[in-house]
Amino acid sequence: MNERRTFIRQSGGLTVLGLALAAGLIKPGSAMAAAEWNKAWFDTKSVADTEKLLGSGTPVESKDITLTGPDIAENGAVVPFSVSTTLPKVEQIAILVEKNPTTLAAAFTIPDGTDPMVSTRVKLGQSTDVYAVVKADGKLYFAKKEVKVTLGGCGG
Amino acid sequence: MPDPMRIRASTSGDKTVVKVLMGHEMESGQRKDAAGKVIPAWFIQTVTATTNGRTVLSAQWGTAVSKNPFLQFQFAGAKPGDKVQVTWVDSRGETRTDEATIT
Repeated sequence: MNERRTFIRQSGGLTVLGLALAAGLIKPGSAMAAAEWNKAWFDTKSVADTEKLLGSGTPVESKDITLTGPDIAENGAVVPFSVSTTLPKVEQIAILVEKNPTTLAAAFTIPDGTDPMVSTRVKLGQSTDVYAVVKADGKLYFAKKEVKVTLGGCGG
Repeated sequence: MPDPMRIRASTSGDKTVVKVLMGHEMESGQRKDAAGKVIPAWFIQTVTATTNGRTVLSAQWGTAVSKNPFLQFQFAGAKPGDKVQVTWVDSRGETRTDEATIT
């Protein structure tokens, strides 16, 4: 019962989103998607594809974003990262893992009054670049960091 | 019933720092069981934090967030004694909400 309801809700949501996209009513990654889980974001397999969904335009590498994490992760299943930025008007912060089966790990929506600073822990399947993508004032910025993984965190 | 979250929220100056530890498997959908069958993905998809009726953070997560997820963020405009509520919804439609008093 519960599963069916979830399915109906998700497929309904996708259809509406699909129609709105087709009609050009909303841009992918606009704020309306914040409350509902956005399946398309989490299906992407590359950093470039994910960035395309998060916002329009080519992301610019920015020194104003600080991505903190280990250089070497002994256990890829639990790797702590913090993202903070001094960019003004931050709307969204996303953490992308280049070589994971799905690129996007987490996306945070930052309302007014909340500092553009989040920390969480993610899984890394293998040694990879990790990207922090920040949407500020409608534009995308990023910072990246290479992490070496001794023991992968995705498979068995 | 999912395990309760551990939420700690403390204020210094006008900033409130919130730390949340959730209890969840966060199954990636990549692992196989002993018989070689893929274990289906099961993970938290959305997280919402509110205080005084105002959303202070919302997040969408994929399977790459670690088991028993940790989350830290900070916001302005709350004072000690106010409450912070955190809600998550997972890919099976299960949900849990917990509340902490800001110190």
